[in-house]
Amino acid sequence: MASLDDLKKRISSVKSTQKITKAMKMVAAAKLRRAQESAEKGRPYSDKMNNIILNLSNGISDIDNAPKLLSGTGEDKVHLCVVMTSDRGLCGGFNTNIIKKAKLYFQKILDEGKTLKIITVGTKGYDQLKRLYGDNIIERISFKESKNVNYFDADKVGKIVIEKFDKNEFDVCAIFYNQFKNVITQIPQEQQIIPLKTSEKEENSLEDNYEFEPEEDEILSNLLPKNISTQIFKAMLENSASEQGSRMSAMDNATRNAGEMVDKLTIEYNRSRQAAITKELIEIISGAESL
Amino acid sequence: MSEEYSVEIVNPEKSFLSKNDVTEVVVPAFEGEIGILKDHISIISFLKPGIIKIFSKSGEESFYVNDGIIEFKDNNLSILTSLILNLKDIDKEKISEIQKSAEEELNKSDINDQEKYLLDQKLEALKSIN
Repeated sequence: MASLDDLKKRISSVKSTQKITKAMKMVAAAKLRRAQESAEKGRPYSDKMNNIILNLSNGISDIDNAPKLLSGTGEDKVHLCVVMTSDRGLCGGFNTNIIKKAKLYFQKILDEGKTLKIITVGTKGYDQLKRLYGDNIIERISFKESKNVNYFDADKVGKIVIEKFDKNEFDVCAIFYNQFKNVITQIPQEQQIIPLKTSEKEENSLEDNYEFEPEEDEILSNLLPKNISTQIFKAMLENSASEQGSRMSAMDNATRNAGEMVDKLTIEYNRSRQAAITKELIEIISGAESL
Repeated sequence: MSEEYSVEIVNPEKSFLSKNDVTEVVVPAFEGEIGILKDHISIISFLKPGIIKIFSKSGEESFYVNDGIIEFKDNNLSILTSLILNLKDIDKEKISEIQKSAEEELNKSDINDQEKYLLDQKLEALKSIN
């Protein structure tokens, strides 16, 4: 059995760890509220953008001449994956969940004999992917310096993606991020952004007759790159809310576990103290008896 | 009959402005300024850098935008833009900062005509503010 001194030391060390996790939890909770707010505020923009694009793509009569960002290159050989993770650890399964989802997709692509290219956003994703897919990573981006998620960071990523698309470096682009559902649940998402999936097309009937200025094609070709940035921005917002939520619940668990550990150690400490006292008593009594 | 309709300006971070007593909005559309009154036909257009003017019962407001898309439908005008500044509380430094970077951009040799056109417009709009 560990000595009393050792136990005491362990108890105090667990207690100070508990203090740290508790503080981290509270910081995460405060940040979560802000992140959630900005995720909600950002929604109208991306929703409206989506709506306009839907209306526009409905208005396009000549599918063959549609911008490539909408219809794709017509091939399906090179896939670009943008994996968005956090820059900091200690947030539970947040990064691992995204990576898991992404790895499944990677495997599928490679099994089909297609080429895989990866862009990582956030350092944690790169750390986890570099061993297995190091050769596939063509770019890694990190926004450690930016305090809050802002549109210009997203725009930077968007511009990189579009630049590569214009150079015909890939055919299909998908982004991976965690969608924020609530504090306990974050759903890893895979979303294809090039070519744009317009599955909801049927919902919007063709009743709206819009006037376009300039032509539909020209608006679309201007709008689609913006939409890419918007989608990435939305993913970043969701991601940051998810990250804080995930960290909060992870730290909550850690605090609780530390509490349990302290309780257990305290019992052990008390028992061994009691045992030591009893032992001393027995020694005294038996010493007295022998006199 | 009232001549008012509603306008909403959103940027990626938040809903920037929402009004429902607007009588006219003038936007710097790509092919020239458009004034939008009530019951305008549904229109989608995108903006070049310039000034948005909003006339409402409570007065006139002006904003500088960098780019954007507008959609008008059923007497609802939505303006999406990545950068918008209210001219009332704008600071001169910010303007000259944008102006400077635009000028630098313009001096690069590898820009195409469309970009050049947009930058020219941007500078013109910025100069009119200062």
